[in-house]
Amino acid sequence: MAIAATTRRLSASERLRRSLGNGRVTAALILLPPALLIFTLFVMLPLGESVWYSFFNWNGYGAPTDFVGLENYQRIAGHSIFHKAVGNTLKIVAISILLQMPLALLLALLIYRKTPTNAVFRLIFFLPFILAEVAAGLIWSFVFDGNYGVTASIAQSFGAESFFILADRDWAFVAVMTVIVWKYFGFHMMIYIAALQSVPEDLIEAARIEGAKRRQIVRYVQIPHIKPAIIVSAFFAIIGALQVFDIIIPLTNGGPSNQTHTIVTYLYTFGLTRLNIGFGSAVGVILFFAAITVAIFYQRFFMGKDKA
Amino acid sequence: MKRTLTTLALLAGTTTAGAAAAQTEISVLRVAINEEQEQYYEDIAQAFEAEHDGVDVNFEYIANEAYKSKLPTLLQSDARPDIFYSWGGQTLVQQSEAGFLQDISGMLPEGFRETLPEAALEAYTVDGSLYGLPLYATEVVLWVNTTLTEQAGVDVDQIETWEDFLSAVQTLKDEGVTPIITGGQDKWPLHFYWSYLALREGGPDVVSTAMGGEGDGFESEAFIEAGREFQKLTEMEPFQEGFMGTTYETSSGMFADGAGAFYLMGDWDYLPMRERSTSGGLSDEELKIITFPVISDPVTEGGAEATLGGINGWAVSSSAEPEAIEFLAFMLNEENQRKAAEQEIFIPVAKGTSDALQNDFYAQVAEHIESSAYHQIFLDQFLGASVGATVNDISADLAQGAVTPEEAAAQVQEAWDFR
Repeated sequence: MAIAATTRRLSASERLRRSLGNGRVTAALILLPPALLIFTLFVMLPLGESVWYSFFNWNGYGAPTDFVGLENYQRIAGHSIFHKAVGNTLKIVAISILLQMPLALLLALLIYRKTPTNAVFRLIFFLPFILAEVAAGLIWSFVFDGNYGVTASIAQSFGAESFFILADRDWAFVAVMTVIVWKYFGFHMMIYIAALQSVPEDLIEAARIEGAKRRQIVRYVQIPHIKPAIIVSAFFAIIGALQVFDIIIPLTNGGPSNQTHTIVTYLYTFGLTRLNIGFGSAVGVILFFAAITVAIFYQRFFMGKDKA
Repeated sequence: MKRTLTTLALLAGTTTAGAAAAQTEISVLRVAINEEQEQYYEDIAQAFEAEHDGVDVNFEYIANEAYKSKLPTLLQSDARPDIFYSWGGQTLVQQSEAGFLQDISGMLPEGFRETLPEAALEAYTVDGSLYGLPLYATEVVLWVNTTLTEQAGVDVDQIETWEDFLSAVQTLKDEGVTPIITGGQDKWPLHFYWSYLALREGGPDVVSTAMGGEGDGFESEAFIEAGREFQKLTEMEPFQEGFMGTTYETSSGMFADGAGAFYLMGDWDYLPMRERSTSGGLSDEELKIITFPVISDPVTEGGAEATLGGINGWAVSSSAEPEAIEFLAFMLNEENQRKAAEQEIFIPVAKGTSDALQNDFYAQVAEHIESSAYHQIFLDQFLGASVGATVNDISADLAQGAVTPEEAAAQVQEAWDFR
């Protein structure tokens, strides 16, 4: 047993010597420092600072002096609007996975083949994703306007009373989610299209000759083949949900009465605009740990297996 | 060769001379205003530059919300402005505590202090040090669209108490007229109601007592009663449909377009509301202003005469040169304040300048403020960014019936405890 371990260690050092010989380590030594430096300067240091600030009640003026320990975290944990914001973020994750991704997959299956018409449709579906988030948010705030918006005219043309969805505490977030689905389905669709195009044509051909119907081909040939792409797109959807910010600010600004916040708009509103920098930092730290937990778990349980 | 050298020397000479000519730069940062108003400041800057060799005055403008969020960062940087726009209140206190401001009491020209009313100077004084100067005062008033009130048979001159106002709202509703226009999405237009009601219920000292932590603080009876009275109004659904999705700018244009009868807003909206309307706005004959109704049986007497508004002005940063303070005094001298009144740019705060106000509405507001027992600065500014925003939040929540008056008061107190 001991001997086996020694041989393994020996072979490891042997491997190191060999890799030194072929210049891999040298390359790493040359290429790593700049990246490491930038990462440290712009990610690790601010992160450490945030953790430090999160223990203070600090309004951003001068240096933080009022040490409050974990009180900021306690306040966040007991804040009903933070609970709402977390709930909203989870809702975005759910809607992305349950509605946005299937929709994107369906459209991808319809238009993944390279034909001129498909190219036009691809462009149309991808257009919302190209638009800047702030512009999209503004456009939709006009669309949803109850006085002169498109939704108002549609309601009126059906003889219904016009409604003010963005002013409604219960429905405003539905409007926000609609815009998010509209904005990002094109992105997921593109991932699927790229993956679908790499499914070998002869495999589909073979299935067809065996008598498989269209639905069966999709179910048993295409989807299993693009599974890595689906896993990646779900990962983007979840991380994206944790980051939603710039659509909400012009659309509802978190309102009416703080019903449509996500974690990031919550951080911005209650941390930055109100100059509670310590409090905001604490929210940032929580968000960071949420993101990293998601990333690690996801890597471990979904992405690790098939080395996507 | 020689000639080239001389030319070079000459060139060098002119550049150094040029540099010497503009030695002192005074940077002034202000919340964005319209072109006419910018011109007013540009004229003042030019007049000052003409009198002072080697001084360069630069005005910079940033939009309202962006200004508030950018200022703290700017003040900590080297790009800190010398003079910047301020609403006074806790924000000024915090800035002074952090050492970003400069005590200018000893640096003003002789006799200058006396041209400004003491109450307005008080707004820029922290612990006996003067950190800036007041520029103008504003008042929140109830704007009335008289065409609509007459049409509904409401006599606005009879509105004195809150009950009168509530019954006027009811009459308007019965006649199918939208009683009140408000910009609920921005929340602060709604906080005027809560603040005014608290002032009327609790008297002039209601806010300072609460800030001092005496009694129940912001959970005292006056604040809870204010919430109750406010909800008496909101339960009647007096606002335009979808008011929580309406911004201040939109609501301002809506009122000017005749969408509703009342509009609780500062006097500053007189011109902007016309600019924002699609119909050109209401004429002076169709407009009227009345002071906020009084409470007939308040918790504490004395609030009936108080006014709510702002004493806006300029704060002086720690990096400002003596020339900057000289410029500030110049900018606020009687002549310039009088000019502002004549051009209807703002209602000047300097003593004896309000007679230059040509506009009837401005003259009325100036009169209100002068005769006011106490001029309370907007609570969302006065209490600082964090507590102020909480006041805005609870005002919007109260308006939608999402919280009770007790919960609202408790939230403000909590924010105050942890400011």
